[in-house]
Formats: sequence, structure tokens, C-alpha cells
Amino acid sequence: MSVTPRLELIDVSKRFPGVLANDRVSLSVKPGEIHALLGENGAGKSTLVKMIYGIQSPDSGSILWEGQEVRIPHPRAARRLGVGMVFQHFSLFEAMDVLENIALGLDSAVSRKQLDAEIRLVMEKYGLKLDPRRQISTLSVGERQRIEIVRALLLNPRLLIMDEPTSVLTPQEVEDLFKTLRRLASEGCSILYISHKLHEIVELCERATILRGGKVVATCDPRKETARSMGEMMIGSDLREPARGQVSVEGPVRLSVNRLSLPKPDDFGVALDEISFQVKGGEIFGIAGVAGNGQNELLEALCGEHLSDEADTIQVDGSSVGRSGPSDRRKLGLCSVPEERNGHAAIGAFSLSDNAILTARSRMGFETKGFINKTGADGFAANVIKTFAVKTLGPASLAGSLSGGNLQKFVMGREIMQAPGVLVVSQPTWGVDAGSAAFIHQALIDLAAQGSAVVVISQDLDELLRLCDRLSVINLGKLSSPRPVGEVSVQELGLLMGGSHGTPTVDAGGPHAASA
Amino acid sequence: MTITFLIDALVTIIGITTPILLAASGELVVEKSGVINLGVEGMMLVGTIAGFAVTFETGNPWLGILVATLAGAAAATIFAVLVLSLGANQVATGLALTIFGIGLSSLIGSNYVGIAIDPLESPFPDVLATDSFWRVIFGHSPFVYFAIILVLAIGWFINKTRAGLVLRAIGENDLSAHSIGYPVIAIRYAAVAFGGAIAGIAGADFSMVISPLWAEQMTAGRGWIALALVVFAGWRAGRLLAGAYFFGVLMALELYAKASGHAIFPSQFWAAMPYLIAVIVLALISSRDGKDGKAPACLGKPFIPNG
Repeated sequence: MSVTPRLELIDVSKRFPGVLANDRVSLSVKPGEIHALLGENGAGKSTLVKMIYGIQSPDSGSILWEGQEVRIPHPRAARRLGVGMVFQHFSLFEAMDVLENIALGLDSAVSRKQLDAEIRLVMEKYGLKLDPRRQISTLSVGERQRIEIVRALLLNPRLLIMDEPTSVLTPQEVEDLFKTLRRLASEGCSILYISHKLHEIVELCERATILRGGKVVATCDPRKETARSMGEMMIGSDLREPARGQVSVEGPVRLSVNRLSLPKPDDFGVALDEISFQVKGGEIFGIAGVAGNGQNELLEALCGEHLSDEADTIQVDGSSVGRSGPSDRRKLGLCSVPEERNGHAAIGAFSLSDNAILTARSRMGFETKGFINKTGADGFAANVIKTFAVKTLGPASLAGSLSGGNLQKFVMGREIMQAPGVLVVSQPTWGVDAGSAAFIHQALIDLAAQGSAVVVISQDLDELLRLCDRLSVINLGKLSSPRPVGEVSVQELGLLMGGSHGTPTVDAGGPHAASA
Repeated sequence: MTITFLIDALVTIIGITTPILLAASGELVVEKSGVINLGVEGMMLVGTIAGFAVTFETGNPWLGILVATLAGAAAATIFAVLVLSLGANQVATGLALTIFGIGLSSLIGSNYVGIAIDPLESPFPDVLATDSFWRVIFGHSPFVYFAIILVLAIGWFINKTRAGLVLRAIGENDLSAHSIGYPVIAIRYAAVAFGGAIAGIAGADFSMVISPLWAEQMTAGRGWIALALVVFAGWRAGRLLAGAYFFGVLMALELYAKASGHAIFPSQFWAAMPYLIAVIVLALISSRDGKDGKAPACLGKPFIPNG
């Protein structure tokens, strides 16, 4: 006789204009089970859990909670049933303190004192460390996630939904999180764990439901699968690992950064502190680190959005460019792709061809005496679309109409096809599906093979370890000394990244207090 | 002699400060919810004519105030429908609401030009209200006491109650509030209507106490001062109270200059002062980008739920 599942979905469908986001999805989660929901971006994972949490309602199908059919019209109803959720994009309020944020997640008023006591109790029980009086804007990403978890735990959930919880954590923070989750599961709380990081699922979960194109394509026991086999179920074809041929990094130094320091751009920014590194032609150099430790500031300093005080802090092929703007740097062969693709790398309301003009005009000769060569730009954009397999109608499509992965392929292609001597990219595969990510990785490898110097700034350690020749870690605006990838362990990198952020709880002046 | 003058001055300052204090208190609640309604001037004008006309026709000032409140709320609701339900631009719609208020109040008021009503008097016994000294505390219209209680109550509501916390949360991050399960649009509707109701009362203060003789556009731009005051106060109720009286002093200087005739500068200069100060203060505050007194993060942005 089998146990009644905690949660069971039967033939749940949800249609949005133009897409069938969930197509007769069925799954069941047993009490105390850690159940993985696996799928590429756009496979329908988020829509599915939003229906379980009452943010959206299904068009058809039924949801059973402990054997009873239920309707979940709003999140409050979900919480009443015992469903807690930790969002991928945290639902926190920057200008408020931890207590207020947690109070907002509860459905009844509790005095600050009482809440403070309850929070401390939960934190002690699950080994979560947090100072309830701190303002959110001063906290690291790991600490922010702990708030979400505490908020969910205060309601004594019987099902906890975690939406891509580890994408922003250091390896040590991931360890801590897994401990908490296992502890919860051992107490009978079911966990629905959404991720596309396959090795985590192999490590943590007992069962996995794999979604593709809104449909369940497989259910499996991750402990009996490999990351590769699940990856193939997820994308529905053979996963082509990017091939890094035998490389000899013997080229000349193409990018040289010498004691680059910059004050913080605003209250929430990070100051860069004497950053030095060199990248040779043919080399891929990785910069790891937890978000908000100076990555954006470094990218902006390298691409020329923020000028340094002295020209020779940044040298491209021997020319000092520290005082030159982005256009001049591009002319010298330094191209870049920032993290934010829509709004920073590309303008959503412009066509792809216009977006191509924005960064490629001088290198590709789309501008003469102030006039634009539209035909040339159209041809170039069409070429990028073809070469990088961008799914779109053509160069006239608006950048904003492309999905994240496709727009990322376009902006990467736009820079790579200008044959830059130095390419700096930040988070090249953030939120990009596995197929496109493999494609982008291959393109970066090919670019390096042609003799360019490539700098990859990323929070995804796996990506960096797979892609790079040498690696540094950025923490609080300082760069660790570069190490060859083969000689450094994940544990070491994690410690360089700041270990478990915010471990000293009440000590507001701790070493990482300023990291947010 | 000097003490009489001082008391006169104080009574004047308190009287002319009250409508901007009221209107700004209402707008504070609106802006805390993440909506900016630039139609304060228009909603006040709707309140002036509603209060004046109803009081004149029925002889009952309390009914006048009630109708002014409802009229202000109704005007604000038009704004709310356009902005919250139909996604219109908040700045443009607010400006349109002001123009609408000017036009509507002038149209309805065309029959009342030159007509006067009895001003609403102090709610306290004459012994206190007309005493040469005690009138500084007891000699004001009910609006004055209401405004002070209201701003304190709003400060308490925003900072100490759960509902106030939810209001702030919605102004701070509407998407997060939505995903936790708060009805963002409904709460914003309530806040906007409340702001309109209070602006209506502020308008009634003009036509029923400050100048109980009907004239077009009698609010003379005070709605704009109220808007500036909210920014000036850094979205805090306590500073709003202090800031309102600061502007009150500036406005009183104009009256004094007009009456005495021997001020150093012409009265027009003093009349321009509050507006000039408002502009300077706003420029200073926005350039300083201070930590204390940050605008609600979602101020003026339309709410587009991402599913």
C-alpha cells in the first residue's frame, strides 16, 4: 500500500497567448521527498510552480493535496495548505529590514518582538545565520536567500518549493543549503527543487520530473542517472559538450590590466582595488565571484564606460586605453558583452540590425561621414543570425521580441563576428538554455583559437572550469592571483569567493558586511 | 502690541499652512503606494467648488465638507482607472487631472462668482476662540486640528501598522508584493482615492475658511507646493508637518508685505518665494540623492505583473 502523495498534479494545462506553457503535466511528490523539477528555460517549470503556489491558476487538470482535490486561487491559500516558496528572483524589499520582510510574508500580524524570537528559533534549528535587524540592501545574496527560506519555514510548510536556489551561491553556501534541505526532508517536509544544474540534482534529489516544451518527457531516479543522461532527456537530443582542442597559450599579451583602481560608482557599487592581470592571445581567462563583488564595475572599466585616471592601467595590444571611451577601444579591438542583455547590451525597442550598428559601426564600416550604411548593417545582422542560429524572423525584428537565449546568442555573435582582438564577456550563459549555452561556449573557444584574448566574468564555476585556461576570483573589488584551471579545487575557489557569506551573524562589521 | 502681532502672525501662518499640509498628507499616502498623482491642484479645486456650492445651497458646512471629500475621491478615482487599470502614463494623466479640475471648478463656479458664505469657525467656545491670547491655540477652523491629527495618524499608520507596512512594500517592490500575494492594484486604488479625498478636504478649507468668497482657481498653485512638500519631507510624515509650516511662514511673508507696504521687496517677490524655495530645495535634494528620504522605489512606474 503506497503512501498518499503530499502533492499530486493530474493533467494540468496552462495556455498563454501563443504558447501552451504546460501541456497535461502530471507529477506527484511524496511526504519527505526531495523531488527535482528539471527542464530548460521556457520548458514550463516556473509556470507549473506558480500554479501550485496560487500565483496563476490552471486552465484544466486538477491539483490534489494529500489526496484531496484543491483549488489554489491565491498565494495565501497555498500558504494555508502548507506550501512555502523560495523565489528565484527574491521577493524582498530593499529599503526594509529583515524583520519587516519576513513579516510581509506572514498572513497575520505578529509583534516585532515575538517575530524576532520566532525567527531566532527557526534559525537555530536549521543552522541558518542572519541578523533580523539588518537592512536588506546591506546583505549578500546568500543572506537574502536565507531570509526567503526563514520566511517560508516560519509557516511550518509541508511542501517547500525552491526555484533555482543555487544559481547565486558560493559552493560552501550550496553545501549549507543542502544540509538545511536534507534536514527539512528528514522531518517530513516535501521539497520541490527546480534547477537545471544537473550534478546538484544527482546529489540531492530522490526523484526527478523532466519537462520539455511544457510536457513531462521523463521521470527518473537521479541517483541512478548521470548528469549527462538527464541533460539529454532535458534537451531531447545528444548534449554536445563544447570541445576545447589542445591549446598552446604562447601568443603575445593582448590585454594587460595594471593596478586598476576605481572608486565606487554609487552607494550600492563596489570599488575596484588595484586589479592586475594579463591575457595572452589564444587564452581564455576566467573571473569567478559571487554577484556584487565588483564584476559589473570591472566590466564597465574594461569596456570604457568608466574611465580610469591613468591611460596605462589598461593596455590593448600595447596601446594604453585607460582614458579612451568605448568606441575608441572597439576600434583598437577591445569588444565586450555586459551581463544585462536587454537594456545594456542591446536596446529592446531597436531592430537587430540597428543594434548591430550600435557596436559594430566602426569596425565593420557601417558609418561614413556621419551617415549609416543600412544595407551593410542588415547584411551583417543577417550573417550573425545565420552563423549563431538565432531564432528570429530576420534583421528587422525587435531585439526585445527575442527570447533571452536567442538575444544572448545575437549579442555574442555581434561582437565575435567583428573579430575582436580582446573580448570581455560577463555572464555569457546566464538564463540561457543548455543548447544555446553549449553553442556560446564553443564560439568563445573558437574565437580564442583564432588568436584573440577572451575574458569571461561569470558566477557559474562549472562554466569557468570547463572553458578557461586560467582563473581568478573577484571578492570585494579585489582580484586573487590567477591560477591555471587544472591546479585549483572548487573548495579553494569557494573560500576565495568569500566562503559562507555572512557567517558572523550579529557582528555587523564582519569581513563581508560590505559585500552587498 | 508685539505680542498681538505675533499671535496674528501665528494664526495666519497656521491657517494658510493647513490646506497644503492636508493635500501633502494625502499625497504622501499615494506616493508611498508607488503612484505619483500630479493632479493634486485639480482635486483641490474640485473640492473648493463642491464644498462652496453645497454649503451655499444647503447652509450646512458639514455636508459641504462631506461632498468635497467625495468629489476629491471621485476625481482621484478617474485618475486611478486611467493609470492603474488602463496603464496610462502617471505624469501626463496627473497633469490632465489638474487641467480638468481647473475647468470643472470654473464651470460649476461660474454661477457663484462674487457670492460669499459664512466661514467655518473654531469648534471651541467663543471664550477661548476669541481670547486675545488663547486664540493662538483654540481660534482655528476645524480643518486645522483635523490636518494635524491626520498627519500624525498617517505617520503612525505608515510606520507602526501592518497595513502601513504592506502599503510601503507595494511602493517599494510591487512585483515582490504581488508574488507574495498582496493585491497591488486594489491597494493602490485605495491609496489614490484616499489622497483625492484629503485633497478635496484641503480644497474645501480654501473656499470655506481661507477665502469664503468664490473666485476661480483660488488654490493658486498650492497643490504644486503640496507635491513639492512631499519630496521636501523625504516621504516622512514628521518632516512633512515641519516642512508645511516652513512654507507657511514664507507664504505669510507675502501677506505681510502686501498689507504693510513697507517690505524691502515688492510683495510679488514674497509671493514667488515659496515656489522658488520649492524649486531650489527639490534641485538640492535630487542632486544630493540622500540616503534619508529616498523615494519609494516603484514611484511612478506602472505595475506589470510578470505572470
